[in-house]
Amino acid sequence: MTDVLKPADTAQVEEAVQWALGSEKAYEVVGTGSKRALGRPSQTEMTLDLSALSGILLYEPDELILSVRAGTPLAEIEKVLDDNNQQLDFEPMDYGPLLGQEAGHGTIGGTLAVNLAGSRRIKAGAARDHFLGATVVTGRGETVKTGGRVVKNVTGYDLCKVLAGSWGTLAAMTEVTVKVLPKPETQATVVVEGLADAQACAAMAAALGSSCDVSAAAHLPDHVASYFDGLPKPEAATVLRLEGVAPSVAHRTGMLLKLMQPFGSAVALDEANSKALWRSVREVSPFATEAARARPLWRISTAPAQAHKLVDLITPAAQMFYDWGGGLVWVAMPFENEADAGSIRRAVAEIGGHATLIRAPASLRASVDVFQPQEPGLAALNRRVKDSFDPKGVFNPGRIWAGV
Amino acid sequence: MSVKMPEADQAVLGRRAEIVKALRTIVPGEGVIDREREMKPFESDGLTAYRQLPMVVVLPETTQQVAEILRYCHAESIKVVPRGAGTSLSGGALPLADGVLLGMAKFNRIREIDFDNRIAVVEPGVTNLAVSNAVAHAGFYYAPDPSSQIACTIGGNVAENSGGVHCLKYGMTTNNVLGCEIVLMTGEVVRLGGKHLDSEGYDLLGLVVGSEGLLGVVTEVTVRILKKPETARAVLIGFPTSEQGGACVSKIIAAGIIPGGMEMMDRPAIHAVEEFVHAGYPLDVEALLIVELDGPAAEVDHLIARVESIAKDCGAVSCQASQSEAQRLLFWAGRKAAFPAAGRISPDYYCMDGTIPRAKLPLVLARMKELSEKYQLGVANVFHAGDGNLHPLILYDSNKPGELDRAEEFGADILRLCVEVGGVLTGEHGVGVEKRDLMPAMFSEIDLNAQQRLKCAFDAKGLLNPGKVFPQLHRCAELGRMHISGGQVPFPDLPRF
Repeated sequence: MTDVLKPADTAQVEEAVQWALGSEKAYEVVGTGSKRALGRPSQTEMTLDLSALSGILLYEPDELILSVRAGTPLAEIEKVLDDNNQQLDFEPMDYGPLLGQEAGHGTIGGTLAVNLAGSRRIKAGAARDHFLGATVVTGRGETVKTGGRVVKNVTGYDLCKVLAGSWGTLAAMTEVTVKVLPKPETQATVVVEGLADAQACAAMAAALGSSCDVSAAAHLPDHVASYFDGLPKPEAATVLRLEGVAPSVAHRTGMLLKLMQPFGSAVALDEANSKALWRSVREVSPFATEAARARPLWRISTAPAQAHKLVDLITPAAQMFYDWGGGLVWVAMPFENEADAGSIRRAVAEIGGHATLIRAPASLRASVDVFQPQEPGLAALNRRVKDSFDPKGVFNPGRIWAGV
Repeated sequence: MSVKMPEADQAVLGRRAEIVKALRTIVPGEGVIDREREMKPFESDGLTAYRQLPMVVVLPETTQQVAEILRYCHAESIKVVPRGAGTSLSGGALPLADGVLLGMAKFNRIREIDFDNRIAVVEPGVTNLAVSNAVAHAGFYYAPDPSSQIACTIGGNVAENSGGVHCLKYGMTTNNVLGCEIVLMTGEVVRLGGKHLDSEGYDLLGLVVGSEGLLGVVTEVTVRILKKPETARAVLIGFPTSEQGGACVSKIIAAGIIPGGMEMMDRPAIHAVEEFVHAGYPLDVEALLIVELDGPAAEVDHLIARVESIAKDCGAVSCQASQSEAQRLLFWAGRKAAFPAAGRISPDYYCMDGTIPRAKLPLVLARMKELSEKYQLGVANVFHAGDGNLHPLILYDSNKPGELDRAEEFGADILRLCVEVGGVLTGEHGVGVEKRDLMPAMFSEIDLNAQQRLKCAFDAKGLLNPGKVFPQLHRCAELGRMHISGGQVPFPDLPRF
C-alpha cells in the first residue's frame, strides 16, 4: 500500500521533498505511471505523482522550442506540435503496448527521464539531444534551473544530459524545455527482401554510409516479419526510411534502390505503408502481442555493423529484430520467467554495448541486473553523481541499481 | 585584467623544483618545460587579453602518463590546467601561476576509422579538420566545424562543446560524440560510451562534453562521421532592415526548412568583410543573410526556389543563389573572414558569444547601438541566425588607455542583455574565465551549487582547472552539507490517495 502525494506546482514538490528528508521517507516518482513496469521495481512506501504538473508554458514554433510542465501528456504535446507541422524529432517510442497498457499514455517528463528515442535516433539523436532546459527539485529539496530556452547554449554544466536517462533517480523535473523541429513533408521506405542478418547489417551500413540521408534503418527477420504493417510480404525485410520534401524523397528512393541492388531485390513503399511500418517498429509490435508479453524482453545497444555477431551469441530460440541500423536489437527470450541474463551479458561483453531488461515480471527484475552492470570505477562515479543530487536517496531508490 | 584567479599556493610554488623533477620521472626528455622563455607560448589561449605563466608545462604522450601526472598532482594537491591547441575564446586554458599546464598536443593520432559503424576513434590533440580530412577519401566528414577548425583540437571541442555554422542542422559536439576515455584527477581512467548509442547508467559523456576541462582530462574520443551531402548551394540575400532579415529566417524555419547553415551579418560587418575579401556582398543593405542548403541536387534546387520566394515576400532587395562551388565558397569566404576583417578595421576586437531568442534580434541590435554610443566603441555583428547565436565584435584599441576596460564592460552589458531577453551568456565559446563572473546573471547560487556538486563528484579536491566557469569556489565538504528542516506533512489540504 503506497501513499500518494500529488503536488500542484514546483513549490509543493519542494515542500514534499523537504518533508521526506525530515521524515526519512523515499518516493517513487511517477507521471502517469506508464513506465512503472520498467526498470527495477520500486521499493518505496510513498509515491510522488507529478501528473498535476501539466500544461504548455511556452511554444514558439519559429524559435523551435517548447516549454511545458513535466507531467504534460506526450500525446497532448504531439497534437499541438502536429497542428504546427512540427514534431519531437527523436521520435519517442511508446512502451505502452509492450507493457500491456494502452498506447499514448506517457508524459514528457517520463519520456526524458528514460531518454526514449525511436527509429530516427540514428539521424536526429535521442531525447537527450533535444532536452534544452529544466526546472527540477533535487533530493536536497532545492529548486534548481539548468539550461535555457534557446537551442544553442553552453553556459554551465549540461545537467539536462544526466537528467535524461536518470530514471527519476536524481531529481523531480517540474518544467522542461525541448527543441522541436519541422515535420518532414513526406516519406518513403525502401525494402530489401530476404536478407540474412549478416547481409542485412552490411546493407544497412551501406545505406547509412551513403548520401541518401536515411532517417531510419531496421532489419525484420523472417520469424517476426509478419507482425509488421505495411510490408509487401511477411518475409525477412531490411527497411530503410527516407524523409524530406517530395522531389528529394523521390530522387533518393531511386538512388537507394540502385545502391541496394547488390544485396537483394528491393522495392519501395509509399508514404502510407511507410508510416504504418514504422509505427509497428515504434510499438515493437512482434513483442507487444498477448502471447509474446509473458516473455522477457531485452533491449541491446551495440555497434551497428557487429549486431548480427552479437545475436549469434544468443540462443537461436530467442526472437529478435534490429533497429538503428543494427545498433538497437530487441530480443525476446523463449521462456517465461527466464531472462537468461548470463548469456545476454556475455554476448554484450564480447561485442560491446549495453543491455537493459525492458520487460519481465517484478520478481525477476528484482533478482537480476535490469541495467548493464558497470566497472567498479564507473559505478562509483555514477554513485557520486547520484549523491550530488540526492544524497539521502529520496528519489526512486534502487530503480537503476540495488542500493543506489 | 579584472578577473581574479584563485590565490597561488605559496607552499606549492616553493616546491617548484621538486615538482618539476617528479614530473620528469613521469614524462622524460623534452616533455616537461620549465624555462620561462619556453613556457611563454602557453601563457594565454585565444582570449589573449588574459595572460599568466604556468608553474610548469607537461606534454604527456600516453594515457598512462596522464594518469600518473594527475595521481601525483592529486596526492600533492597541485592544480592542473588542461590545454588542447589553446584556441579557446573564453580563457578556458588560461594557466595558473601555481598550476601544472597539461598540454595534450602530442595526443595527435587517429586510432581507428570504422566506416561500417560510421565512427572515428581519435586522440584529443587531433585537430577538428584533421578528422574530416582523414575520412574525406571515402566521402565522409565530421560535422561540427568551429571557425578555428584548422587549429582547434577534438579534446578542446569536447571540453567546450564546440559548434560551428552547421550545427543548426547537424548538432554541436555533444550530438556528434559517442564515447571518450577520461582520466579523473585521482588518476583513475574511466571509459564512457563507445561505438554504440546512449549510455548505460547516467549520461556522464553528456556531462563531460562542455564541462570546460573541469571534470576530467580527455585522452580518447569516439566521434560520429557522416557521409557528405551530394551537393550544397548558398543564397546571398540582402535586406533594408535587420527586422526583415530576422523575419525571413523565421519564415524559412516556419516553412519547415532547416538549412545546413544560416548566417546573418549587420552593415558594419558586411562593409568590413567586403573591403577585405571582395566576396561581392551588397553594400547598401542593413542585413545580409547567407542560407546554405545541402542534400541531393533535386532537393537543394527545390528548397532554393522556396527560400528565394520567402526572401522576396520578406522584402529582400537582393537575392543571389550560388551557381558553382567556387561561388558558394566565395559567399562563405566573406563570412568566415569576419573576425580577421574586424581585425583590419580596428587594432583590436573583442568577440562576444550570446544566444538570444531570434525574435528579439531587432531589439538587441537597437540596444547594442545605444551601448555602442554609451561606450564610444564600434561594434559589428555576425550571427548564427538559425539558432540565435550572436557574435558581436567590439572594436577597440588596447593602446588607448581605458578602451579595453570599456570593451569589457560593453561586452558584459551585451551578455546581460542576452539573458534579459530570454537568452544565455554563451552559445558555443564557453564560460571560461571570461564570463565566469557573469554566471549569477543567469543562475542563482543554488543552481550554481548544484553544478559544483557534480564537479565534486569528479574532482573532490577541486584541483582540475579551478577558477573557470564558477564565480565562487566552495569546498566540496561545505557543498555536501544538508540543512534538513522538514517534518511537517506537506500541503495537507491536497488529496492524498
